[in-house]
Amino acid sequence: MKAHLSRRYLFSASHRLHSETMTDEENKRTYGKCNNPYGHGHNYVIEVTVSGHVDQQTGMVCNLTDLDSFIESEVLARYGHENLNTLPEFASQVPTTENLCIQIYEIMQRGFHQAHLERVRLEETMMNSFEYRG
Amino acid sequence: MVYLTRKAEFSASHLYHNPAFTAEENRRIFGRCNNPHGHGHNYTLEVTVKGEVDPRSGFVVDLKQLKEVMHREVLDAMDHRFLNKEVPEFLHQIPTTENIAIAIWQRLVTKLERAQLYRVRVYETPDLFVDFYGEP
Repeated sequence: MKAHLSRRYLFSASHRLHSETMTDEENKRTYGKCNNPYGHGHNYVIEVTVSGHVDQQTGMVCNLTDLDSFIESEVLARYGHENLNTLPEFASQVPTTENLCIQIYEIMQRGFHQAHLERVRLEETMMNSFEYRG
Repeated sequence: MVYLTRKAEFSASHLYHNPAFTAEENRRIFGRCNNPHGHGHNYTLEVTVKGEVDPRSGFVVDLKQLKEVMHREVLDAMDHRFLNKEVPEFLHQIPTTENIAIAIWQRLVTKLERAQLYRVRVYETPDLFVDFYGEP
């Protein structure tokens, strides 16, 4: 039997939405308050969904400990309490939640092989969220 | 096609233990969930059915009937129970969230009238949930 397992994780980070390819005026118009030069922060929630056959011996799609330790070391340690604009992946792209969601999906796709990655959903606030399925 | 979701809550205890594993393996694989005396959760169940809207009633499904089936088939059996000892499916199968979602699907799938079961979602905690779509 195939089941989907989802797990939610919290981290806090700051960012500034600003594109070098736009004029100051365009940046202000496009990003509004998010273009504040000093940046601002969010409590992000990651919702990761993986799928697979439920192992007859363990009753699990994958061991939660493996998923938790992967997310902890590869995602939360990388982004938690950081200024996203200072990280190499955002040197040439704007750290919107869309781009961050794609980055987290790709980190999982490259390194987490204990179950099939279905999607990464990223909540920037309680009011908006983004989802990437590859 | 319209999808309709009904929620319910139940509280139950369980433990993870496979008699085919050694005591050491059980502890390593299941961690604190292997505590022999069990532990509990407040589970949230979300049952989603799908169907065409009946032109006369405007309903996809009779919610009252759905609620009764969920109560009879799931909550009466699992609420305030020790899953490993009191629910037949878990006498010989570990009551992980995955297996609970599958068991609930199997309890509901033949009992619904009109609407078709689309998804069973079981939250073990607000941060951990399993979806089962009836896939083999």
